[in-house]
Amino acid sequence: MPDGSSSVPGSVLHRFRQGDLDAFEALFREHQRPVYGWILRIVRNTAAAEDLTVETFWRIHRAHDRFQPEFPFGPWARRIATRAALDWLRAQRPEVELTTEMAGTLPSASQGDPGIAAEIRSKTALAFGRLPLSLRAAAILAVVEEQPHKDIAAALGITVAAVKLRVFRALRLLRKDLEQQGITP
Amino acid sequence: MNHDDGIKQLLKQSLPPVERNAEPERDLWPAVLRRLDADAASRRAVPWFDWALLGGLAVFVASFPATIPVFLYYL
Repeated sequence: MPDGSSSVPGSVLHRFRQGDLDAFEALFREHQRPVYGWILRIVRNTAAAEDLTVETFWRIHRAHDRFQPEFPFGPWARRIATRAALDWLRAQRPEVELTTEMAGTLPSASQGDPGIAAEIRSKTALAFGRLPLSLRAAAILAVVEEQPHKDIAAALGITVAAVKLRVFRALRLLRKDLEQQGITP
Repeated sequence: MNHDDGIKQLLKQSLPPVERNAEPERDLWPAVLRRLDADAASRRAVPWFDWALLGGLAVFVASFPATIPVFLYYL
């Protein structure tokens, strides 16, 4: 889904817009994995990501008549998924969101550097969890997950410049928080 | 080296990126269908407020039968 490309024919998109359940299932089968992956990158919790994928496709189905078939389905789904993920994060207590224990249960591409003490990693994760949600979402997608800025901007409904500004502010606040704890990155 | 590279690296070490091909452990389609069915059922259900209003009206009419022609006139 990163480029919004899809192997689903245009007729399926039109039928989906009209409320056809088979067309909706075809789109679900095509986009289930990328939507799940996108949500997982934001919430970093596999069980929540599965529930939120269901929630996202329910919202997508509910909004089928607002879908414009001339535009790709992927970015539209990603935007709805982002809103669902942010709603979930908003309902969580910040201190339990991004613990290292939670990070350890994720299907990660790499393991933490053993050269960096676990305590520092844990403090960094907790400090990151204390950042405002809007900054956190932009920073985790841009810095940790290395997603293209234009995809993040489209998903968050902001400009690329605003994404860069949020990332900058997130890193600045994170650095300040860590320095107050005696950690100099 | 960029001023932010250090903190970016620390952040990536603290919150390792999710693997590129992460996928759910189960097929989520049945759960989506259940959610759609539950939504449809809740739309069909009459809200409790409507039942309360109807009940209140029935009690009122039973208590004051003389008001029935007035209600019928305004229907």
